[in-house]
Amino acid sequence: MKKITILIFVVCMAPFSLFAAESGMPLDSAPVNTTDNASLQRGAESFVNYCLTCHGASFMRYNRHRDIGFTNEQILDKLVFTGQKVGDLMQSAMWKKEGEEWFGVVPPDLSVIARSRGADWLYTYLRAFYRDDSTVTGWNNLVFDRAAMPHVLYQLQGEQKLVVKTSDKGEQKTLVLDKQGEMTKAEFDKFVGDLVNYLVYLGEPHANARKELGLTVMAFLLGMLILSYALKREYWKDIH
Amino acid sequence: MSKLFSSMIEWVDKRFPLTSNWKAHLSEYYAPKNFNFWYFFGSLALLVLVNQLITGIFLTMNYKPDASLAFSSVEYIMRDVDYGWLIRYMHSTGASMFFVVVYLHMFRGMMYGSYRKPRELLWLIGMVIFFVLMSLAFTGYILPWGQMSYWGAQVIVSMFGAIPTIGETLQQWLLGDFTLSDAALNRFFAYHVVTLPLILLILVFAHILALHEVGSNNPDGIEIKQNKNPTTGIPVDGIPFHPYYSVKDIVGVVVFLMVFCGIIFFAPEMGGYFLEYNNFIPANTLQTPDHIAPVWYFTPYYSMLRAVTVNFLWIDAKLWGVILMAGSVVIFCFLPWLDRSPVKSIRYKGAYFKTALTLFVISFFVLGWLGTKSPTPLYTLLAQIFTVIYFAFFILMPWYSKIDKTKPEPKRVKE
Repeated sequence: MKKITILIFVVCMAPFSLFAAESGMPLDSAPVNTTDNASLQRGAESFVNYCLTCHGASFMRYNRHRDIGFTNEQILDKLVFTGQKVGDLMQSAMWKKEGEEWFGVVPPDLSVIARSRGADWLYTYLRAFYRDDSTVTGWNNLVFDRAAMPHVLYQLQGEQKLVVKTSDKGEQKTLVLDKQGEMTKAEFDKFVGDLVNYLVYLGEPHANARKELGLTVMAFLLGMLILSYALKREYWKDIH
Repeated sequence: MSKLFSSMIEWVDKRFPLTSNWKAHLSEYYAPKNFNFWYFFGSLALLVLVNQLITGIFLTMNYKPDASLAFSSVEYIMRDVDYGWLIRYMHSTGASMFFVVVYLHMFRGMMYGSYRKPRELLWLIGMVIFFVLMSLAFTGYILPWGQMSYWGAQVIVSMFGAIPTIGETLQQWLLGDFTLSDAALNRFFAYHVVTLPLILLILVFAHILALHEVGSNNPDGIEIKQNKNPTTGIPVDGIPFHPYYSVKDIVGVVVFLMVFCGIIFFAPEMGGYFLEYNNFIPANTLQTPDHIAPVWYFTPYYSMLRAVTVNFLWIDAKLWGVILMAGSVVIFCFLPWLDRSPVKSIRYKGAYFKTALTLFVISFFVLGWLGTKSPTPLYTLLAQIFTVIYFAFFILMPWYSKIDKTKPEPKRVKE
């Protein structure tokens, strides 16, 4: 019986380990810490400056940013540019129809993008644009081939070009910086890191509150366990 | 005070069978005293059912069954409704945990022969509960109207289209449209919140009534009613459900809640198994995802659906897949008549049954794992092999259970 139990356990866990190993191209690990308010605030400002023009975050309200340490005044000052109210949803500045005409597709809403793509994908994607004259926008991406999105952050990062090395292991694609941007590589990585950290927060603004409440609930249940077990023992002591 | 209470009870008893039912189902329902770990999952299934009903009611207060609003209404619940995220995670985690406890509950029945005479009808009612549960899971998964909701449903619905002659008409009748659209979302919502929960409640009631009629089985698979105290008429190995099992089940409930809350608060997506990543993308009728995978509890059957790759006899591969998939769940219903062993419990069964059950469990997990993967030639071959093993467990049971070398059953239950 014991052997069967062990076997079942091993077979149960197998899919979890294999699931983790599955992926396409290797992704860089994003520096996510949703309790770091300073990083989240920098990310929020970058988000409204660079992303919100085309993409919406239309499930998110501006005043929710009090979570990450902003006051209502700071929110209106730093995040709201288009005369909306502090309780409004973060709509894109662009009409859907225009987006479709300009890019071929409507830029997706980013409210839960970190939950579908994952932080590491976003972190790698935003740093993997390179010059490619064969595309409509003049940009291509190593993670997302022929992405409709142009390299919005090129002034900061500079321009990268693709270098393909062929060896007996097959093709190896790498990116090298061709023209220097306003930021150094370390500065740009930090900039994108903050932005992705913010996107993770944006995907589930309650995540920190959820974990905090979770600890209280688990502590309560632990107390319940001790009491209920004592009760059970008391009742069962005369059963043989 | 107690005098007032007892006269109130007396008043009620003259008008409603309160005390007699309390005795029949709780304080004087005698359950075997040797229940082990595996006997927690029945009461836990009831707990999850209540969780689903209550959280479900609160979700309907803000959910909008409309193809253009459904996805955003779910995010509205997650962000703007007070504790909406908690209610939603309790419901989504509850759906998966329902299957966890029901699978363990069924496995218990298979180990200890709980489906054997006189509990055949109890097992059959349980099987119908399982079918209704699957329908509930399917109709519920459509509601968030994400990419996996939409394309997963598309796969399931197209199965009906594979039925010869009536398939296409049946499919349109189910959908209320030529394709999966707003009309289908509306009617699946109605099934999910009214029809199916109502049927489920009635069936669960019948399941418990049937159980209390025949009495509980136990890990030894012997009937405690055959050994009664001659003066009291109470089974000597029986103890009243209340208070003994009510207090024991509370311990089980607390342990279960620790696991359940652990998932809700610390890993609500459960690595993409309980909430799939692609379902955070709104349904797009024009863009089929690269890889469509159902939620984990359907993946073993999904593997069998995909396992048939060639036309065989006069039936084409797709229909074979549908037949195998339906067969793989319906076949559980025949267990009471497939098992010819002289003993019920695995404790007294021989090596053949133990091996067969182990292989069955392995094939269930491997098929489940394969169902989460994109098919490759190797995976398809594996799915075919394990589908054969899965069915062999049932089809060969009359043979191997009969010739198996069993041990003699004890007269009294063991500790």
